[in-house]
Amino acid sequence: MRALRLVSGRLLSMLVTLLAISLLTYAVFYLLPADPAQLSCGRPCTPQRLADARAFMGYDESWFRQYLDFLGGLVGGRTFGSGVAAVHCAAPCFGYSFRLNESVTQLILDRIPVTFSIALGAALLWLLIGVGAGMVSAVRRGTPVDRAAMTFSTVGVSAPSYLVGLLAILLFGFTLNMVPVSGYVPLTEDPVQWLWHLVLPWCVLALLSAAVYARLTRGQMLEVLGEDYIRTARAKGLGERRVIGWHALRNVLIPIVTVFGLDLGSLLGGAVITERVFSMSGLGALLLDAVGNIDLPLIVGVTLFSAFLIILANFLVDLLYGVLDPRATR
Amino acid sequence: MSTDSTLAPSVATAGNVVRHRWRRLAADRWALAGAAVVVVFLVVACAAPLICALEGQDPYTYHLGALADSGVPTGFGGGISADHWFGVEPTTGRDLFAVVVYGTRTSIVVGVVATAVSVLIGVVVGSSAGFFGGWYDRLVSRVIDVLLGFPWLVFVIALGAIAPAGFPKPVLLVGVLALLFGWPSIARVTRGQAMALKRRTFVVASTALGAGPWHVLLRQVLPNLSATIIVYATMLVPGMIGAEAALSFLGVGVPPPTPAWGRSIGDAVSWVQTDPMFLGFPGAALFLATLSFNLLGDGLRDVLDPKSKGLSR
Repeated sequence: MRALRLVSGRLLSMLVTLLAISLLTYAVFYLLPADPAQLSCGRPCTPQRLADARAFMGYDESWFRQYLDFLGGLVGGRTFGSGVAAVHCAAPCFGYSFRLNESVTQLILDRIPVTFSIALGAALLWLLIGVGAGMVSAVRRGTPVDRAAMTFSTVGVSAPSYLVGLLAILLFGFTLNMVPVSGYVPLTEDPVQWLWHLVLPWCVLALLSAAVYARLTRGQMLEVLGEDYIRTARAKGLGERRVIGWHALRNVLIPIVTVFGLDLGSLLGGAVITERVFSMSGLGALLLDAVGNIDLPLIVGVTLFSAFLIILANFLVDLLYGVLDPRATR
Repeated sequence: MSTDSTLAPSVATAGNVVRHRWRRLAADRWALAGAAVVVVFLVVACAAPLICALEGQDPYTYHLGALADSGVPTGFGGGISADHWFGVEPTTGRDLFAVVVYGTRTSIVVGVVATAVSVLIGVVVGSSAGFFGGWYDRLVSRVIDVLLGFPWLVFVIALGAIAPAGFPKPVLLVGVLALLFGWPSIARVTRGQAMALKRRTFVVASTALGAGPWHVLLRQVLPNLSATIIVYATMLVPGMIGAEAALSFLGVGVPPPTPAWGRSIGDAVSWVQTDPMFLGFPGAALFLATLSFNLLGDGLRDVLDPKSKGLSR
């Protein structure tokens, strides 16, 4: 019962945040002087044609009215224009790109597998490497292994992923000819090629965050290892493997999960940058193209989609936190 | 806070504390090395025209004669010569040394100004929220929570598209970086510290003596936040430099032809095989700048804020 109340509270807070962010975004993007109707009106752009274009796209309404239409489209889909020329955008409608003649939701769905593939693999890798290196560093505190891991960590924190990515392309791609340097192969098409094309992006994107997590884990682990319950566990005669791998790890993971939740936004940003380094067409390329073409509905749609995605993911991390740390649900 | 006494340190002991901290910082070789490199970058940023005059080049003139027909610089290491110390840019033949030197100016100015704006917003919002509490604090905390996990890069890219035509892009860039990315981490820390300070004896004492809340916040709480603010500001500068470089790399940062390390690195994508030095020089500059600020920030934190450990976020 208590858990149910907690979940519903978090859910409510998430919905309020989503509404606030979409309202703010909408206000900012529609109060600024860019006119998509003007851009798509064509030449000669008579006042009549411009007015028609505005009415078709829904820009003749006040921005708040447009916002409500947008929310309505998210829930129930919406139709632009009427008669034969009408275009329908099925729910959840994140808008309609009049430039590409496609619903924003469909455009995002076409590109999202690329971005997800990069982000998920990199996140998995950085957690494994970061937490692993941090644990080893803490247990072997003061040894050359520890010092090497921490030096690597300082350097890794300061190296931008795109720089490392380009150097990696130069070394592993061009010089050693070990891996492909660009492009994306869908998982459903050829899993082996999918993996092969993603190995380098994963390593590059994971490096920086692994460095941060190694330090964080090391600090946390050193603190936990000084706790009474660890001494108790050892006094009970448990093996070192079980003490470290179960009793200590569980408590080390609690702050790591918090930080990971906060890093999901940067993960998406990192994936956007990595896409560009390795010439993959994911969400980032979609947004950058939209920005280049001033395709306002697409820009707003992609931006809000990203915000929704991250806030939803944070909500899930919050729930996971409750599972890891039962104290948090009390 | 750094002192464990329940009273605000008196002037005499404050002097000792400062001297003691200096000695500890001076004993930290890595922090010193970081500080030295930071000073070099600051000097280069300020004296960019002078340094380029030494070389006799500027970052805008095209030297098409230094290029082969394919656009690749002729000669060793991307055209390194007595005239062009770092060689020249492919396609345009602009002097790469001058581009990197002026790029230092761009990075440092954007990094420092965006950090200053972030610190200003963060300290005002964070300390007042922690100090006054109530619904205001709850609202601020929620906003900080949301922004800390926010896909800010996506938003900054998007906002670049709708900047009004006459509006200077760098000002927009600095403002957006500070508002979406910079201030929440500063505000979170100062909020926590202000909450803790509020209950300290010397603050309670001055309230009991009749000091108003604003006096207490400005005269008692804020001065005691200064060490934390210095540490977090130093750590935020490399973050801002990296953010600006990332945006310029994606082509939505500082507009051309103003030199920027990130844009050079972005341009180097298509030349990495034929002219790797075009990636090497701006890349090394960016890496060194970030590393030196991080090392300095790490050292400062160890000295000023002994409780925290490891590289904070």
